[in-house]
Amino acid sequence: MRAANKRASDEPVDEEARRKKAAARARRMLKNKADSMPVVEATGPRQKRMVDAELVPPSPRGGLLEVFQQPYLLKLIVSRQLAQMYAASLLGLAWSYVQPAMRFGIYYVVMGFILNLHDGVPYFAIHLFTGIVVVHYFGETWGGGTRSIWSNKALVQKMRMPRELFPVASMLVAAYHTLPQVLVLIVFCLIAGWHLTWGAVAAGVLGTLILVTFAGALALFFAALNVFYRDFQNIVQTIMQFMHFLVPMMYPFGRVWKAHNEHPWLYQIYIANPVAQSVILFQKFFWYSLVDHPHREIKGRSFPPDMWVRGVITLGVCLVLVWLAQKFFSRVEGKFPERM
Amino acid sequence: MTDSIRVENVTKEFTMQYHRTLKEMAVATARRLPLQEKFLAVNDVSFNVEQGESVGLMGLNGSGKSTLLKLINGVMRPDKGSILTRGRIAGLIATGAGFHPQLTGRENLFLNGAIMGMSEAETKRKFDAIVAFADIGKFMDTPVSHYSSGMYARLGFSIAIHVDADIFLADEVLAVGDRPFKRKCMAKMQEIRQQGTTIFYVSHATASVRAMCDRVIVLESGHMTYDSKITEGGSVEGAIHHLQYDDEPGDEPTDEELGADV
Ligand SMILES: Nc1ncnc2c1ncn2[C@@H]1O[C@H](COP(=O)(O)OP(=O)(O)O)[C@@H](O)[C@H]1O
Ligand SMILES: [Mg+2]
Repeated sequence: MRAANKRASDEPVDEEARRKKAAARARRMLKNKADSMPVVEATGPRQKRMVDAELVPPSPRGGLLEVFQQPYLLKLIVSRQLAQMYAASLLGLAWSYVQPAMRFGIYYVVMGFILNLHDGVPYFAIHLFTGIVVVHYFGETWGGGTRSIWSNKALVQKMRMPRELFPVASMLVAAYHTLPQVLVLIVFCLIAGWHLTWGAVAAGVLGTLILVTFAGALALFFAALNVFYRDFQNIVQTIMQFMHFLVPMMYPFGRVWKAHNEHPWLYQIYIANPVAQSVILFQKFFWYSLVDHPHREIKGRSFPPDMWVRGVITLGVCLVLVWLAQKFFSRVEGKFPERM
Repeated sequence: MTDSIRVENVTKEFTMQYHRTLKEMAVATARRLPLQEKFLAVNDVSFNVEQGESVGLMGLNGSGKSTLLKLINGVMRPDKGSILTRGRIAGLIATGAGFHPQLTGRENLFLNGAIMGMSEAETKRKFDAIVAFADIGKFMDTPVSHYSSGMYARLGFSIAIHVDADIFLADEVLAVGDRPFKRKCMAKMQEIRQQGTTIFYVSHATASVRAMCDRVIVLESGHMTYDSKITEGGSVEGAIHHLQYDDEPGDEPTDEELGADV
């Protein structure tokens, strides 16, 4: 039946027959539906309504900006995402600690005792946990953001809202899960005798900015791609499985630096990764502030020589990525409702 | 009079994707089957609606009514032409409200209200009225995925009608409710109509459209083929006559040919 219809549409249409058929459909429909709604007559006088607004296109155009203009809506989306995660779960929020804690435990034992990294890296536990926290935030933002629009399709199909809302909400949800881990890290640092310098604070700020902008840009971009092909959420998962090995957390940066003469290209690729740079900057903030001066001389290079310049340039690149992701998002967003 | 909705040469194209996986695409390419097909769900439609006008939208299934409403409320963007609207828009489009299935009725109420532009205070103020109108009582704290389609429509309509919008869109969603509730909805729509809200009402219930609308627009395969204000000599009868072309029942096609419309 369907195939027959399709073939018919290629041939010159018999206009007369088509109209006849449509008319018959209309007659039948009107007959069946004539009484489907009760009649309620208008009563009272008609008022005039003064609308104090401009004529504007109804579809959202403001992108990320529009999201932040509606903090109340953003709050509702974030809290519903959290509620949904912990629905019918006994441990609730605790789950977001179980995974990092287990990962920490296993890496600590395997890397530390078996590969003997405890001796090479003072405060190895802090070094390791810093990396875990940064990668956790990155992974949750990217993965959650990528799925965010597709998993809210019931809303996206029917209601008008800036769709950037969902990836942004994923960023906030990830932050909500990561912040307590950061607090744990700070407590450990304080116990271990943390003495912060301005340089360390600057590194922390720069690291945060790089992390947030890079993860946000990826979340926005992949959220849009994932509407069209669900392969992208698997791609993200696959990449995230390697991420822990691509940042200096189980091994010190010094090891990477040692290899940079022999494998200059590999080094460039390694260091170009904004997540790796963010981890390096966070190491400067948490871990390096604990390491005593005598250690510094022994251990060789703990950071890339061009850490600051590179960090600032990377932040600039990440901001451009956010802008590009937004452009891409706005371009394809109009097709979301019909592709779901 | 101020314009409430301005639609100019609006066209919306849909792409039918026949194959989603790489394998399917490869097979289709090898057999020279089309990978996708495009068609115009809304085709070069233009009209102006003044604030406070109440428009009845008629047309066969698949003629593009829901798509036009989605373009007006901003869920979709036209491929060609432009749409401008003034003020807050609320309403129900296609079957079922935009609810999140895992959330309870209460949570969806707040979320839906926020999406349509209500603040937290405004939603709280109207909460009791919305719940009372929807009349779903103890189910407010049940996830909406457990609702019947009637309850779904009740809550959706109740939220939308309480938004105090400048433009109200009512697609065929009300078709699922029971009769007393439908009557209540129609009365409420008359009430906001009297307050000067612009209304779009999709229905084929002739008498109901006649009572509710000042103007009737007919869509036919995406084209607007009839548009007339009652005050300028238009009538629901005119629209119906137009839909039926000849008004001579006679050679009715069989049910099979009519397909899903019956
Ligand atoms: N997301 C979509 N993708 C492809 N085609 C669609 C989509 N939504 C609707 N259509 C098609 O567009 C046409 C108009 O649909 P619709 O606006 O729902 O009609 P109506 O509301 O008048 O019944 C129909 O042929 C329908 O199959
Ligand atoms: Mg429809």
